Amino acid sequence: MRYFVRRTLHAVFLLFGVSLLTFLFSALAPGNYFDEMRLNPQISPETVAALRAQYQLDRPLPVRYAHWLNGIAHGQMGFSFAYNSPVAPLLWARARNTLLLTVTATLLAWLLALPLGVWSAARFGRAPDHVISWATATLLMIPDLVLALGLLIIAVRTGWFPTGGLASVGFNELSPLHKLRDLVSHMALPVIALVLAALPTLVRHVRASIAEVLDAPFLRAALGHGIPQRKLLYSYALRAAANPLISLFGFSVGTLLSGSLLVEVVMSWPGLGPFLLEAILARDLYVVIGGVLLSMIFLVAGNLFADLLLYWADPRIRTTASAK
Amino acid sequence: MKQRRKLTIRLFVLAVLHGIIAAAGFFAPYDPVVQDRERPYLPPMHIHMMDAQGHFHLRPFFHPLRLREGSFDQYEEDTATNVPLRFFERGAAYRLLGVVPSRIHLFGASGARVYLLGSDAYGRDQLSRILYGGQISLLAGLLGAGVTLFLGALIGMAAGYYGGWRDDLLMRIAELFLALPWLYLLFALRAFLPLAVSPLEAFLLVVVVIGMVGWARPARLVRGVVLSVKERDFVRAARGFGASDFYLLRRHILPETASVLLTQAAILVPQFVLAEMTLSFLGLGVPEPMSSWGNLLATLQQYNVLVSYWWMYLPALAIVPFFLGYLSLASALQERAGAYKIEEKGSLNPS
Repeated sequence: MRYFVRRTLHAVFLLFGVSLLTFLFSALAPGNYFDEMRLNPQISPETVAALRAQYQLDRPLPVRYAHWLNGIAHGQMGFSFAYNSPVAPLLWARARNTLLLTVTATLLAWLLALPLGVWSAARFGRAPDHVISWATATLLMIPDLVLALGLLIIAVRTGWFPTGGLASVGFNELSPLHKLRDLVSHMALPVIALVLAALPTLVRHVRASIAEVLDAPFLRAALGHGIPQRKLLYSYALRAAANPLISLFGFSVGTLLSGSLLVEVVMSWPGLGPFLLEAILARDLYVVIGGVLLSMIFLVAGNLFADLLLYWADPRIRTTASAK
Repeated sequence: MKQRRKLTIRLFVLAVLHGIIAAAGFFAPYDPVVQDRERPYLPPMHIHMMDAQGHFHLRPFFHPLRLREGSFDQYEEDTATNVPLRFFERGAAYRLLGVVPSRIHLFGASGARVYLLGSDAYGRDQLSRILYGGQISLLAGLLGAGVTLFLGALIGMAAGYYGGWRDDLLMRIAELFLALPWLYLLFALRAFLPLAVSPLEAFLLVVVVIGMVGWARPARLVRGVVLSVKERDFVRAARGFGASDFYLLRRHILPETASVLLTQAAILVPQFVLAEMTLSFLGLGVPEPMSSWGNLLATLQQYNVLVSYWWMYLPALAIVPFFLGYLSLASALQERAGAYKIEEKGSLNPS
């Protein structure tokens, strides 16, 4: 139990630090949303000053930070100037789409990486291993941006996948089953891009950690007892190799979040990516702060989940944690 | 010995790749900003040795492209005219490596412009733009890596050498930077810097932003090295002789971190070139008419370009050999570092 309390406290500290840092940086930023307004001769300086006062931009930084923190408690996260609405509901509408993409991609990437990595390790140094190693090495050479654009070009030229957006025109009139099919076909391209970008690192790590435990005496003994190879690999070796892989899971969430930001912009998926980009160009600073913080919350949630898994999978952690 | 040769070969390949980009003026047939409004989105030309009548020519040539009859965007080869390719042709003035003024280009043609990789919306030569764009992208990556390694070495040495609360504070901040997804961090930093700036300022901003993102990992690695080195006998001896902190750090500790810093450099440079590409692609980096690999790709955000003009994707492929080069250099450096460690332990023989 204390283990979780400690991890959660650490997470809260991290979120607090990030919010403080982004706020500090935003205060140093030259120019804000109302600067554009000031150049407009039709808007009087008094109006601009009144607006600044309304959004509390004329108050000192600590006051603004306190006000903003208070706003989080009321589900606001500050105010978007461009949308004239609290940030939290705006962000949430986009974040749902980003989550849909990243969660699907994470699950799919791991579902593919585990069998590929295990297979590669079991045939260490033989043909399947070489093929998989070469494939992952090639994928590693292709950066996210290049991969996403390449896939988009292929999709556009072949017409295999719909490109852009989350749903077809007339989505609301479709039956539930067709809605699902429409959504899946729109998700396919961004998810493929994300999975292909994440896959090589995952496969390599799975392969390395399985190969490491395969030499362990207990596995040789199990083999000697005539336990079938599949059971040996998936229920004995995988469990023994789980620890570093679960830590990697937490890490892969962050990579996928970054990747998703870019893929969303490239494939015009209505998630956090295009929204944040727009906010940066409009100097809508609370949206930027909110977006960064939200990504951090996802990341921390992913890491806490990894900690939970680790606690469940690794008896060593359970015993040391309860012994303390 | 084998490892040493592997390292040399990889370094040589990378040097050649960089050399081509550095001497872009010579390899590019045209000035990257000169427009030809008559020839937008010209497809890549084919180089022939055999003409329409089946005669063989020793000098490679191409057919100029003309609009297909009744079409306004489809081109066809004008097989009646052969324009020979000339090597070491005099053309637009440039400065080789930014210093030596010259007019000699590797190849060119008189009479018609040659577009080996097609042209963009303004009829600018795509090959020249890719070559010149590489200068911006690579320079941003190299400078960004320089800034990052400087910051990382400074912070890592301070944390490792002084220890105590300074170490705790610095490493907590490093954890914070490591935890944030890098693209979000890049976005946040860029969001808080001015948007409307001159191209040169934009370039410097990109370098600063990229440089500030990645310092945490090298800092932690350097800290690790410093922690072990500062307890070694030669450092203690020097301290016993009354050497100052600064002297110890510069003379005895910094050289020990060299191998870590070099490996990190080989890992960081391609990542940072990609970061520049990403920022410029999204319109937050180097603006037109300057070309960089990122902003060359930005035209692909228009649907019609994506559908019809595949050669606008070519700048994306330019980074791939550099990625390959740097990653294999990094793995060779890591192997070498590993081999040294094994040699020091005196157990297994390295090979």
